[in-house]
Amino acid sequence: MTLRPADVETAARLVAHGMRPKALPARDPAYAELVRRYREDDAFADTVQRVASGLGLVVLAVGPQSGIVLAAVEDSVFEIRMDEYARRTVLQNRQADKVMHGLAHLAVAALAFPRPDDLADDSYVGRVSVHQVDGAVREACRALEERVAGTDEADPVSDAPQLEEVWRAWSRRPEATATKDGRAGEATTRGIVGKALRFLAEQGFLVPAGGEGVYRTTPRYQVQVRELAAQRTFDELLALGVLPAATAGSLRGAPDV
Amino acid sequence: MDGVARRLKALACTAPLHDLDARKTRLDWADAARYQMAEIGLQAIDQVTLAMDFDHGAAQDEVVHRLLPFVAAQVPGAPAGEHEQVGHWVIDNLINVGSLDRGFAVDYGTITEDGRYVRRRFDFKLLVEVAGPDGEVYLRASDEAINVLVGALDTDVESAQVAAEVKLENLISRGRLGDARLAAEQARYRTVQYAEALRQKLDATRRDVRSVDWLAAVPALLDEALTHIESRYKAETAILDHIATARDEATEPERRRQAAELVTVVGDCIQRHTQLQARLQEAGAVFRAEQDRQQFTGRPRRAAVDVFGQLLRPCLGLHVATALEPTAAFFRAGAGVKVPSVPSLGGLVETLLTPPTERDTLGEPVPEPELAPADPGRFSEEQWARTDAALPGAGQAVRLSALLAEARAADPDLPQLVALRALHAVGTAVATARSQGDPSLLLAVDDGTVLCDAEFGGADLLVGTAVVT
Repeated sequence: MTLRPADVETAARLVAHGMRPKALPARDPAYAELVRRYREDDAFADTVQRVASGLGLVVLAVGPQSGIVLAAVEDSVFEIRMDEYARRTVLQNRQADKVMHGLAHLAVAALAFPRPDDLADDSYVGRVSVHQVDGAVREACRALEERVAGTDEADPVSDAPQLEEVWRAWSRRPEATATKDGRAGEATTRGIVGKALRFLAEQGFLVPAGGEGVYRTTPRYQVQVRELAAQRTFDELLALGVLPAATAGSLRGAPDV
Repeated sequence: MDGVARRLKALACTAPLHDLDARKTRLDWADAARYQMAEIGLQAIDQVTLAMDFDHGAAQDEVVHRLLPFVAAQVPGAPAGEHEQVGHWVIDNLINVGSLDRGFAVDYGTITEDGRYVRRRFDFKLLVEVAGPDGEVYLRASDEAINVLVGALDTDVESAQVAAEVKLENLISRGRLGDARLAAEQARYRTVQYAEALRQKLDATRRDVRSVDWLAAVPALLDEALTHIESRYKAETAILDHIATARDEATEPERRRQAAELVTVVGDCIQRHTQLQARLQEAGAVFRAEQDRQQFTGRPRRAAVDVFGQLLRPCLGLHVATALEPTAAFFRAGAGVKVPSVPSLGGLVETLLTPPTERDTLGEPVPEPELAPADPGRFSEEQWARTDAALPGAGQAVRLSALLAEARAADPDLPQLVALRALHAVGTAVATARSQGDPSLLLAVDDGTVLCDAEFGGADLLVGTAVVT
């Protein structure tokens, strides 16, 4: 099949669908048709990828459930920076605050897909809530605290805040504070996790499920975490020498990104 | 950890309580010096601990409400609103509202193995705000607070429990009911701590079965708690028995009242035990149900990263500065794409064509100020002039008594002004007068002579005028 200029326009239209996070092929027949064509027509798929690449985007996956899932390459105009996300932070605490915001996102993914199988299974739908995420992180912090309890390392060195471990920063931060207007304080751990959940819902990664602040995951989120975010972080930790080589081996067989 | 560090930490836990009394005088909304703030603080921790149960803490308003009788007893005359404000102030300070982490920290030093002195920071909290299942914020007392409260600063939970029981039985058999009640309350705090430990384990199990050691650690805890309940059951039966005897044999009404109060405390202990026992019995079922739910779901399709074990947990163990990059990488990769906002031409035109809002260059009209008539001076111009004349001239020195007598003859109101001016002249700074360029200044010196006057008392000052050169 030869490629016509009109096909480039169609390919760009599919990429545009990816920028509307809440659009789904199941609700839009034209979108569904583009997804079908991407999966059946290699030349079209290649064009879509090139259009995306030219814009500074990467196509992570295209599927009937998830639609087209895009990710921004580094320094692209589509990239969301932590500085923009966590703008309202106290200056003296900026570093710790950024880490905590990033960690909240990591924890949401960890609780949405508690086991590796859940992340790998396309039909799996995770459920997360603020209570669950903060509780799990605190529990993990407590386990780390128990490990050092009774030793010299039980308390951090007082004059080097950047050498403090992340778990200390998290467990020291209150989980909730009573505010005058009845909302949870923004600087609390529950406030930070709540912000992450609302943000992810806005990005089409989570959908509110029932009352009481419970969200369920969308296929887009699973793809995003599995194909990109988890891998990137894994590589970062590997580079830092944090992960032993043995655990790295278990990744073999993971799909290529 | 050596004993000094441990004692320092125990000491630090009491610091916020002392701080309450140190800072109370700075409060401007009440005469707070009359309140014993540390005492109210301990009562507050007490009330929060008692209100803590398996799922809940205590709502702050509820705690303040329970505190009111204690606060009111200290200063009965103050309005109820002030009592309430004091209660809230104490609780806010025990939470440490205003600090980012809402807690306290103290530095202490340790000597490392190679002999270096290292400063470490001990973080602790007394009252903690937690979110309840209904989204409301409740208070819970921290372990540190409970330890400060019961005075068992460095003891094992289990041994403290046993000790408290032995003490209790002894006290009752010797008829010291007031102390017995204290011991019974201490025993109840220990029970609350057991319940708290179990609650944490069960919560963790619900999230992830693998995060809790159900092979050894939890069965050990359950066993320990069950043994504890068994022995408590024996103890409580014995105690109730003793109290009944004590109450029936008591002839003084005070002893009877104490015994009756102890019945209430022990009754509450028994209720808490029943609650703990019910949770213990359910624990196994919770584990099995969670294991079923978490173990037998779906089949693995392909290998993937264990986000919790391989990413989250290692990140928690990193230093804050090191963790910045991995967490930021996850955020960038996991946050999706943002669409840069493009101004539409229509919107732009509208913005540009909107007439600027009219602004009055003169601003708001200045309101006519309502001036209250100034207080007329206590002394008239004429009186001032007359005292000027009466005061000794340059180089002279006159006794205050003479000046007063002279002034009294002229005007009955004048001695007051003379006395005030003489008093003002005591210790006048010569340097100030010189730098201001005053030609002369009034000086008054106390040479020890006592003033004998019907209207005024004190020293019979020597008043004189010195020329400034």
